[in-house]
Amino acid sequence: MADRLFSWLVFGCSLLVVLCMVWVLGDVVIEGLAHFSWQFLFTVPEDAGRAGGIGPILVSTVWILVIALAVALPLGLGVAIWLSEFSPGNSRFGNTTGITLDILAGIPSIVYGLFGNAFFSIYLGLGFSLMSGGLTLACMILPVFVRTCETGLRAVNDDWRRGALALGLTRSAAIWHILLPAARPAIIAGLILGIGRATAETAALLFTSGYVDRMPESLLDSGRALAVHIYDLSMNVTGGDGAAYASALVLITLIITLNTFAQSFVNSWFRRRLVVS
Amino acid sequence: MGIKSINNRADRRLNSVLVMLSGGTALLLMLIVLFLLNESWPFLANGWGGGLWPNFFHSQGWYPLEGQFGMRPMILASLAVTLGAIVVALPVGLACAIFLEFYARASVAQGFRLLIHLLAGMPSVVFGLWGLTRLVPLIAGWQPPGASLLAAILVLSLMILPTIALTSASALSSVPRELIAGSMALGMRRKTQILNIVLPAARPGITSGALLATARALGETMAVLMVAGNVVQNPSGLFEPVRVLTANIALEMAYAMDNHRASLFASGLLLTLLVWLLSWFAHRVTRAGLEVHKHG
Repeated sequence: MADRLFSWLVFGCSLLVVLCMVWVLGDVVIEGLAHFSWQFLFTVPEDAGRAGGIGPILVSTVWILVIALAVALPLGLGVAIWLSEFSPGNSRFGNTTGITLDILAGIPSIVYGLFGNAFFSIYLGLGFSLMSGGLTLACMILPVFVRTCETGLRAVNDDWRRGALALGLTRSAAIWHILLPAARPAIIAGLILGIGRATAETAALLFTSGYVDRMPESLLDSGRALAVHIYDLSMNVTGGDGAAYASALVLITLIITLNTFAQSFVNSWFRRRLVVS
Repeated sequence: MGIKSINNRADRRLNSVLVMLSGGTALLLMLIVLFLLNESWPFLANGWGGGLWPNFFHSQGWYPLEGQFGMRPMILASLAVTLGAIVVALPVGLACAIFLEFYARASVAQGFRLLIHLLAGMPSVVFGLWGLTRLVPLIAGWQPPGASLLAAILVLSLMILPTIALTSASALSSVPRELIAGSMALGMRRKTQILNIVLPAARPGITSGALLATARALGETMAVLMVAGNVVQNPSGLFEPVRVLTANIALEMAYAMDNHRASLFASGLLLTLLVWLLSWFAHRVTRAGLEVHKHG
């Protein structure tokens, strides 16, 4: 009896979660499709976003992403390579860097927003711009990206490193020609996770990249990201719910596509590794 | 010669470049702390001499334009929302993990896992939008005004549920098989097995997952901002609107000046310290668990 009650409880809770999930997703899809059209993706917002589309907002979102990735990708890859390939086993500096990354990963996004506002916007004089928004996001996704890449690099079999050494390759050549290609799927996965996190972010962008919904003319112009647009439509614009749901649909489609890619990359990679080694 | 030895110039050059990059991350952290301290310094220093400090925790209220920075209502609201979300999400998330590991067939488990991953990847602003247009009217029909502590707790618990479910599931799956086989051989029932054998063995993993989820709930801004009503007052009931620390920063940063701005940075600093404390606990719990596994 008690056994059956317990299993019912477990099933019930799981069902509840599934139902909530279906409710949220269903709402976004139904309400979003009602307001969605292909025009919506390319036209400028009118009447504070109630009518028109999200063309300039998509452009701003992409620019912010590009800046964030252009900074975080080389920096993160370099740190990951150093952590997994060069830092001696128990070195103090290596441990400190690892702990630093964990601490950075734990900072709430709104605090990144405060920092970005104080440092990039005011101290460096970039103002409310795509540039300061992108740089703030770069700081935010750096820890996640480094950790994923580092795990991928560490997972490469040591035999490959010994083989490269036996062939007389320098460490740099071995990293470039053997280890990085071997860890490529993990790097791509980290990249896409970073993209997903950056696309979903709102709080860090509120006072770094700003609210302006015009088409940005340069990287020092203010621009509104898609997530900020959803927030603004639902909180500050009465009657903007339809457009907000359509934007949410676009955002979720974007993120789900990216996450699915990341997942399938990791899976196929692990399958291949099992076959090779 | 180890595989990590360096014995030529190209490698040494690469090493030094990469060391500098790694130093850059440490620099970034220092920069963040430095700027938070620097920006909140007028408030912190002023408070020390001018009697603002007592106000910080227990004063009449938050009237920043008149120089009153009583943050206690917002700190309490943050804690109430976080605590509520954990109380709701922990049992449900744990049940999901148990379902995943012990009850679901392989195909069902795969689909369910996918769904939880989906839930984990949803942007917080979408949860906020959903809460604002669906949950708040629903609660308002029952107990106005709708935008309330309860709405914030429900939306937030839905957001941290995937973290709890996934970390608990991985903790449950790493429980040694012999323990389960032994309990089966003793003729224990499914429920007794899970509640008395598996859950205690997986407790460190579950605890650290719950702590990480708490940290995430405490730092969450958008979803809470959109559904909590944002009235500065002590949380006195489930149906009262409240304003949490993160939402306060997001709302007032746009027009804050001087001391007001400094006080917002100070609250950001406070928030960061709380989150770090939680992550540190989670880290310790995980390590303690690993050591128990090694010696036990």
